[in-house]
Amino acid sequence: MKPLQRVQEQFSADIIETHAFRGDETAIIRPSSLLAIAKFLKETPELDFNFLMDLTAVDYLFYAGGRIQKEFRFEVVYHFFSLKHNHRIRLKVPVDEKSPEVDTLCNLWASANWYEREVWDMYGIKFKGHPDLRRILMYEEFVGHALRKDYPVNKRQPLIGPQN
Amino acid sequence: MSFLSSPTNFFTSKLNDALGWARKFSIFQYPFVTACCGMEYMATNCSHYDQDRFGAGFPRFSPRQSDVLFVVGTISHKMAPVLKTVHDQMCDPKWVVAFGVCTCTGGFYDNYSTVMGIDTIIPVDIYIPGCPPRPENVLDGLMKLQDKIQKGEQSRTLYDPRTKIGRPAELAQGYTIEGHIKHIESVS
Amino acid sequence: MLLNVGPSHPAMHGVIRMIMELDGEKIKGVDIEMGYLHRAFEKMCETVMYTQCFPYTDRLNYVSPLINNVGFALTVEKLLGIDIPERAKYIRVIMSEISRVTDHLTCVGASAMELGAMSVFLYMIKAREFLWELVEEITGARLTISYVRIGGVKADLTKGFADKAFGKIADVRKVLIEADELLSRNRIFIDRMKNIGKISAEDAIAYGVTGPFLRATGVAYDVRKSNPYLIYDKLDFEVPVGSTGDNLDRYFVRMAEMEQSLRIIEQCFQQIPDGPIAGDLSGVVIPAAQMVDRAKMGQTEDLIEDEVNLDPTLQGSTRKYHDAINANKKDVVLPAKENTYGNIEGLMNHFKLVMYGHGIKPPIGEVYFPVEGANGELGFYIVSDGRDHPWRVRVHPPCFPIMAALPKCLIGDMMADLVPTFGSVNMIAGELDR
Repeated sequence: MKPLQRVQEQFSADIIETHAFRGDETAIIRPSSLLAIAKFLKETPELDFNFLMDLTAVDYLFYAGGRIQKEFRFEVVYHFFSLKHNHRIRLKVPVDEKSPEVDTLCNLWASANWYEREVWDMYGIKFKGHPDLRRILMYEEFVGHALRKDYPVNKRQPLIGPQN
Repeated sequence: MSFLSSPTNFFTSKLNDALGWARKFSIFQYPFVTACCGMEYMATNCSHYDQDRFGAGFPRFSPRQSDVLFVVGTISHKMAPVLKTVHDQMCDPKWVVAFGVCTCTGGFYDNYSTVMGIDTIIPVDIYIPGCPPRPENVLDGLMKLQDKIQKGEQSRTLYDPRTKIGRPAELAQGYTIEGHIKHIESVS
Repeated sequence: MLLNVGPSHPAMHGVIRMIMELDGEKIKGVDIEMGYLHRAFEKMCETVMYTQCFPYTDRLNYVSPLINNVGFALTVEKLLGIDIPERAKYIRVIMSEISRVTDHLTCVGASAMELGAMSVFLYMIKAREFLWELVEEITGARLTISYVRIGGVKADLTKGFADKAFGKIADVRKVLIEADELLSRNRIFIDRMKNIGKISAEDAIAYGVTGPFLRATGVAYDVRKSNPYLIYDKLDFEVPVGSTGDNLDRYFVRMAEMEQSLRIIEQCFQQIPDGPIAGDLSGVVIPAAQMVDRAKMGQTEDLIEDEVNLDPTLQGSTRKYHDAINANKKDVVLPAKENTYGNIEGLMNHFKLVMYGHGIKPPIGEVYFPVEGANGELGFYIVSDGRDHPWRVRVHPPCFPIMAALPKCLIGDMMADLVPTFGSVNMIAGELDR
């Protein structure tokens, strides 16, 4: 049985939307149910998602030139992979702009640690319960979050040297 | 002073030439390798395009022991203070080679994290553009550097990134002997 | 005692800062600080069109740039839902495997040099130069090639390339045998690499590690076998697997993988379908300027069968080669140069693909496509909003989880073991920091 169907059966109340665009199974879920669904994905034997392949975020400010309005500004995207069954699933958690906070997955998968630090650095989304949430790609003196759509691409904050 | 710099003095001009000749054939490089240009730097150093025949073969991995700083690869704003520290730690006479277009002008990375040319932070003597430059370009740049070393010239200007107007470089504290004496007096 | 292995250090791998907590010579803790080569790949890709992202992808894993190119192109093609001709798939596989061999040569050579085996480094860079000559013949550049295009590749293989490639592969095999003789049974090498930097399979999976690092622990996961893309399902190759997960196993896995990649290239040359397609050309060859002038005057009747004589850098975009290596999609692939210069429809097609505001416009959606990079699973996640610039390009760098797992490998070993362990990680800073 496909993993998306299993998740839909178990957690039908928490799933906002599902799709399988070009064969990639995706489920958009409520933030409060993230930990429960992640635990279910890891521990159920038929699913057995032991790899957290990727954890990233997308900023939907002015998506499609403003023609499409999304309800929440950010979405945190999780890609899972199962070595035994060789299937993949993607979870998306919509996050509000005013209080960008999501539960951490560090206790389930050790790889989540650095990925969540990068999402904090680039988007400013906090992870509740993360042991060491600090910047990873930029320096600590950097103000702002670089990959947000309202951060201009060539606004520099040099440590030494002239401001261009 | 005037005796040494007198233009009719045959021995010192020959001595300067001899010093220039000796220095240009024993270049101790500090390869400050960051990115893709490092692969071409490795290729220039190895058997096919041997750098050792110019006397520049053996890199010194300590700034105190080297005299040419090869800045190879993109310098980000996080790395810039490290580059300045390494440059300050080198002893005079020293030269800087900007290897690759990311160090010359920033390349096509016009964004929040790239320094648009290291000549905004440290004075540069030779620019080797290319992304990455072919080893033949590198050897050409190396030969131009050797000419510069022969004449005993060093660059002392920093450039503004957009207007490219030069200004004199601020030397590190304790760089000259007088500065070093002042520094010791100020802390004791 | 805290020791800082600072950002600029002799290891030939790139810039990374490791703050080691030492107790005498034993390593108690490691804190890794990265980001010294952050070049904002993801942000730059949002500001340019899809085809303009290829130079940025070259510079991600700069020792195997073709694999990054192929990964990005396959992701956009999945988003568009198009398929490319067989010959283009074979060409992509050949170039990817050449890149994989150059990556492993650089990794093993550099880590051997750091242990003192300078000759092995020189031999492997010599072998790398042989392969770069092959790459240069096809793509035009040695390192940052931007060769792959969405819907195909830029140019076809040159005449006589197969024989040249077989000759160079034989030379590379000789170098691998030499390196093997110098290192694999060398007492000093084995003592420095055996049982150092061990990681167990469960820890590696928990950290999300893939590639030779994971295969050395005993888990046989290779994207080319479990999720075959291009024509890997038609090829016969093995996936070498280690057992203990220490540095020596990673070295052996990489050496075996190079041999398998060379086997793949040889099989591809035997199976590749023929091109170019001769078609209905009359055999008349006209210089490009003349063709443009005639077309401007409206004398386009014979031009439909003629061939244009182009600058060598544009070779591969003439009608003879174009159909063999590019998908038959007008809204994705630039037209053959005879059409661009010779009739107005081709010119308009070219214009619509190149100008800002026009260009490749995938449907609204998102895809993730994994490719086997030299270090592990290289995945591209692209979100499209229907316009000509990508909305979000995310690359899953294979060495990111490996660097996160590095403290686990290092704790308990001595300070001097940092060098071989870090060398066997094959951290490429361009990929790690993007």
